[in-house]
Amino acid sequence: MHLALVGTPNSGKTSLFNALTGSRQKVANYPGVTVERKEGSFVTPLGRQVSVVDLPGTYSLRGRSPDEEITRDIVLGRAPGEALPDLVLCVADSTNLRLTIRLVLELKRTARPLMLVLNMFDIATRRGVTVDVAALSEALGIPVVTSIAVRKGGTADLLRRTDEIAAQAPVAAQQNLWQPLTVAELRATQREADRIIAANISLPMRPDTWTARIDAVVLHPVAGLAILALILFVMFQAVFAWAQPLMELLSSAFTALGQMVHDTLPAGLLQSFLQNGVISGVGSVIVFLPQIVIIFLFILLLEDFGYMARAAFLMDRIMGGAGLHGRAFIPLLSSFACAIPGIMATRVIDNRRDRLTTILIAPLMTCSARIPVYTLIISAFIPDEQIWGWFNLRGLVMFGLYAAGIASALGVSFLIKFLMWRDYAPAPFMLELPDYKLPRARSIAIGVYTRAKMFLQRAGTTIFSMMVLIWFLASFPLAPAGAQDPAINYSFAAVIGKALEPLLAPLGFNWQIAVALIPGMAAREVAVAALGTVYAIEGGKEAAEQIGQMLATKWSLATALSLLAWYIFAPQCASTLAVIRRETGSWKWMAITFAYMFALAYAASLATYNIARALGAG
Amino acid sequence: MDPQLKRQTMHGANSNDTRPQTPLGLAKRGFRGVIKHLSTHDLSSALSATELESRLIELGFVEGANVEILHEGIVGRDPIAVRVENVTIAVRRREAMAILVA
Repeated sequence: MHLALVGTPNSGKTSLFNALTGSRQKVANYPGVTVERKEGSFVTPLGRQVSVVDLPGTYSLRGRSPDEEITRDIVLGRAPGEALPDLVLCVADSTNLRLTIRLVLELKRTARPLMLVLNMFDIATRRGVTVDVAALSEALGIPVVTSIAVRKGGTADLLRRTDEIAAQAPVAAQQNLWQPLTVAELRATQREADRIIAANISLPMRPDTWTARIDAVVLHPVAGLAILALILFVMFQAVFAWAQPLMELLSSAFTALGQMVHDTLPAGLLQSFLQNGVISGVGSVIVFLPQIVIIFLFILLLEDFGYMARAAFLMDRIMGGAGLHGRAFIPLLSSFACAIPGIMATRVIDNRRDRLTTILIAPLMTCSARIPVYTLIISAFIPDEQIWGWFNLRGLVMFGLYAAGIASALGVSFLIKFLMWRDYAPAPFMLELPDYKLPRARSIAIGVYTRAKMFLQRAGTTIFSMMVLIWFLASFPLAPAGAQDPAINYSFAAVIGKALEPLLAPLGFNWQIAVALIPGMAAREVAVAALGTVYAIEGGKEAAEQIGQMLATKWSLATALSLLAWYIFAPQCASTLAVIRRETGSWKWMAITFAYMFALAYAASLATYNIARALGAG
Repeated sequence: MDPQLKRQTMHGANSNDTRPQTPLGLAKRGFRGVIKHLSTHDLSSALSATELESRLIELGFVEGANVEILHEGIVGRDPIAVRVENVTIAVRRREAMAILVA
């Protein structure tokens, strides 16, 4: 049996999906488009195997964006390669039924088997809403169940009804009468919805006093912006400070593992491959798992709490000054985790020009793959001091790097608007501000787990294969017998690095950095592992342990700062470029992104290096 | 009831009753009223009049709905957070000009 979950944004569709399927979820893309496809499965009390897809949220079936088109096509059975759902579940936030009932009336025209799920029913009851479920079901002409997705057993009624519906003989397929609704029909369905609500649901209900109280502060023009800044600041301090103990633990575990391999195996190529290539390479990336978990934890918490829409509200006109749409805030904030989901999230912006601007600047947001690079360099070169009492200097530098990314993104956006699209009416900003909800540990845990798994898979595939390649390039050809210099100086890596050195020398980069930057194109964090491998092979076994201490002796402060500046801007990520190509449907925008970011990176590094040297850090 | 007033009230959405209609886009924070009419023509929006009207309806802005302006942004008191029945929707004043309220 196939189920499809449909609902307006913020209807609690995803928490219901999590409650039904737990961690048995598959996240992929629909073929040909970059809309996220979430599918899961569960077994009903009667033992029926059910698959369920979580469709993108929508207020109607008109299909204004690629996301909404997917929802429409699956409900209508038009999506190629997708099963026609046996039952469509329309999920509603019970405290907020007005827009969902209108959607139900529109869905009914498709003549698909339909059931309305009144989710978050406990909150509605607490706020004084009483629903005559039987009468509502009769008025709508479809089954209606209540559910509390976040409570254990809260979906029992839903499961029971699903079993009942599945057991019934399939009704003869009816004619789909749905066509895009005209303005008059939309208005008529909303009026009908209001009439049904008035007849079957007791209103007025008490507004959510907590939401009103929180919004009085959070949406206050001045206090609200201060709170937003504070949240971002705490988030970045946390990423740096809280993750530290765990990272040290992981790091020493990998060192011990490397040492074990070193002690067990005879000296030679295999020992070098396992210790320097695999363990120190992959290990130096996995160490950053705690930071990635923390940043995703913050983003998911803010999203589930309902704060993200408020942030968009606060930032709309401020970002508008830089030529950005308020809705761009969420994709840009996601880009702090990774530009790829961020760029994909720009689908919520339906105006093409606004969307292109957001895509072009999303890679400037400091993604989590930069964290390993920043952390390595900061901990090697910036002293661990407290300043002004409780600010950590390293945390401040990290914050500065993030701020530089944001400032440059706003600057670039402003230039794009000024140069290309000087005179056009800005696209409208219309967004529901949902009531605040306490985030649920289980839902957050599933979200963080999915992201962490994706990161580890990447570490196991892309990063692992790049590390093998780097190790190979850095190890072969072998040094001639009786050679005096470190073996790496005779390798392919040295040849490539030295060929690039003249180009990068003005930035203060040596050939080892040049070697590390090439595989860094596959994924930024690989550069850290590559540096580890290059210096490990060069310095011998003892040097493999502490890349940071090694760098502190090999580089000047000016070189380190220059590399930090490079990483703020450099288009060092092939996957991001590939996603830009796919999302914009053109090589042109990909090329423009690469060119402008490269130019910015080169200029910033050149300036940083020379200023730092002039100030005596050379 | 005064016959003149009664006739106007019976006209419903398109007539003035006791209060004059104003665009929601010009109303201040704390304003409470009822939607009388949507007029999406003659508006310098990036959307066509039909598309803008469809979206406003999908977000619950239909004639007869109660609205209240809860919050305003910092720059130009824009955008505004509007309570429409029991949903809160953020819109810019530019688009809210299409919503005539009284």
